[in-house]
Amino acid sequence: MNDSAPSAPHASAAHASAAHTPAPHTAAAPVTPAGRSSGSPATAVLKVETRLFLREFGSLFWIVAFPALLLAILGSIPGFREPDPGQGGLRTVDLYVPVSVLLALIVAGIQAMPPVLTGYRERGILRRVSTTPVRPRALLTAQVVLHGATALCSAALVLAVGRLAFAVRLPRQLPGYAVALLLATLVTLTLGAAISARARTTKATGVIGTVVFFPMMFCAGVWLPVQAMPGTLRDIVEVTPFGAASQALHEAAGGSWPSWTHLGMLALWSLVLARTARRSFRWE
Amino acid sequence: MAIIEVDGLRKAYAGRPAVDGVTFRVEDGEIFGVLGTNGAGKTTTVECVEGLRVPDAGTVRVGGLDPVRDHDEVTRLLGVQLQESGIQAKLTVREALELYAACYPHPADWRNLAERLGLAERLGTRFGKLSGGQKQRLFVALALIGGPRVVVLDELTTGLDPRARRDTWQLIEEVRDSGVTVLLVTHFMEEAQRLCDRVAVMDGGRIAALDTPDGLVGGCAGATVISFTPSRPLGERELADLPEAASVARERDRLVIRGTDATVNAVLSLLARRHITAGQLRVTDGTLDDAFLDLTATGA
Repeated sequence: MNDSAPSAPHASAAHASAAHTPAPHTAAAPVTPAGRSSGSPATAVLKVETRLFLREFGSLFWIVAFPALLLAILGSIPGFREPDPGQGGLRTVDLYVPVSVLLALIVAGIQAMPPVLTGYRERGILRRVSTTPVRPRALLTAQVVLHGATALCSAALVLAVGRLAFAVRLPRQLPGYAVALLLATLVTLTLGAAISARARTTKATGVIGTVVFFPMMFCAGVWLPVQAMPGTLRDIVEVTPFGAASQALHEAAGGSWPSWTHLGMLALWSLVLARTARRSFRWE
Repeated sequence: MAIIEVDGLRKAYAGRPAVDGVTFRVEDGEIFGVLGTNGAGKTTTVECVEGLRVPDAGTVRVGGLDPVRDHDEVTRLLGVQLQESGIQAKLTVREALELYAACYPHPADWRNLAERLGLAERLGTRFGKLSGGQKQRLFVALALIGGPRVVVLDELTTGLDPRARRDTWQLIEEVRDSGVTVLLVTHFMEEAQRLCDRVAVMDGGRIAALDTPDGLVGGCAGATVISFTPSRPLGERELADLPEAASVARERDRLVIRGTDATVNAVLSLLARRHITAGQLRVTDGTLDDAFLDLTATGA
């Protein structure tokens, strides 16, 4: 938004004056090669944010372990491993693989990420960074990337548990599945970003996150798989981000390319939410 | 040479002026104080210097550059400690220093800084577990890590115990002695008097006075304070009529007269004429506190 790129003549004036200025002379803290860091600031920020992220055991548990654990628990119920003629011969555990995948995304994007972003604003961390040559956006980007990557790892873990423990087929239309999964990740991250953009405090972020969390879980089919929903309800749920995601993943898992309606819905939601987040984000 | 130039700065929030026409220059190598009560406009002023806020009117230059337009260049010249800011609670001191060093093209040696600021023993401690004084020392280290020519310290010693405050004062002097200009925002008169080469007293968004601490104290009415316990009652009005007496107050059985050296002589001769002895007679210089109250009373 305000990447204040100085105009060309101005930039050269700035460089000229910098050339006349003697090198920063801090006798207390002389510039030494030891003080030089390797790599770019963005890399350093990503490295540090990764370390911090790995220290959040609670978040990591809910994003990475919880969805796979839920699948394991449901799959251990004998009745859920019986083929259901009403579901075209699929077992309940088959239907809960995409549900658990989406759960991983929802927990990462809506429960875990927004309080971190809002907290960075609320505790003045973004302000502090904006007085350095690094933009505060670098911190937020690092957090969004980390939550997205972790959600995808969790999704992979769910697929692995389903395959190894319950012989659930891996997605048969793999590129289609990957596209649907990436779009679903984008939706969850933009939704989370929009929440932290709108909420004033970390506390409010938690409240909004929880309020949004349950309908999103419902639409993802946590209580009743989308594919098992009655006609009208399913039509409505398919318009929501995670209803569309559920259908797209289900289709790709079954071997066909996900319908463009569902993929388009995901892309549309991502766009709208990204715009909202971008426009209403408060830097302080 | 002035490293910071502020000229006719104005900034309003929702129509209410916070800074209303402020002009000052910070010279290379000095400790320049911005003094004022809460809401006087100090923090808004320095936030405009830091490029965190865009002025409504007026110009701000740091090393000849505009903090908003030339944001990146200015951040390399200007180290900042903000009044309300933090770093990630689970970041260790070492990680914070490394991270902020990586933000700058030519950072100072963070090990050296940690050593100098007494943080060498705390490198593995997380920010959230540091004491108030240690946090402030880390903020000073982070302000210096880019090898700046000038640092802005905003209410650095607020909330510190007297000992930590004195340690911090020494630190600020060391920073200046190392060749870095200091812009110090404070509401502690004692701090400004002890540290600053020059002080701008802010009141209601304007600069009420700008001088050396001694100049401010000497220039105000009641720069000299005479106090004593008279052996016999003495009329306050009579004292108030003495030459150059600014005020007379009774504090229990003691009389406190503010004025100048001329007042001192007049008081002594009056006492001699009346054969009154002055018990526990004290003649002291006024403090910046007095000067401040004197300067801001008229502005309010």
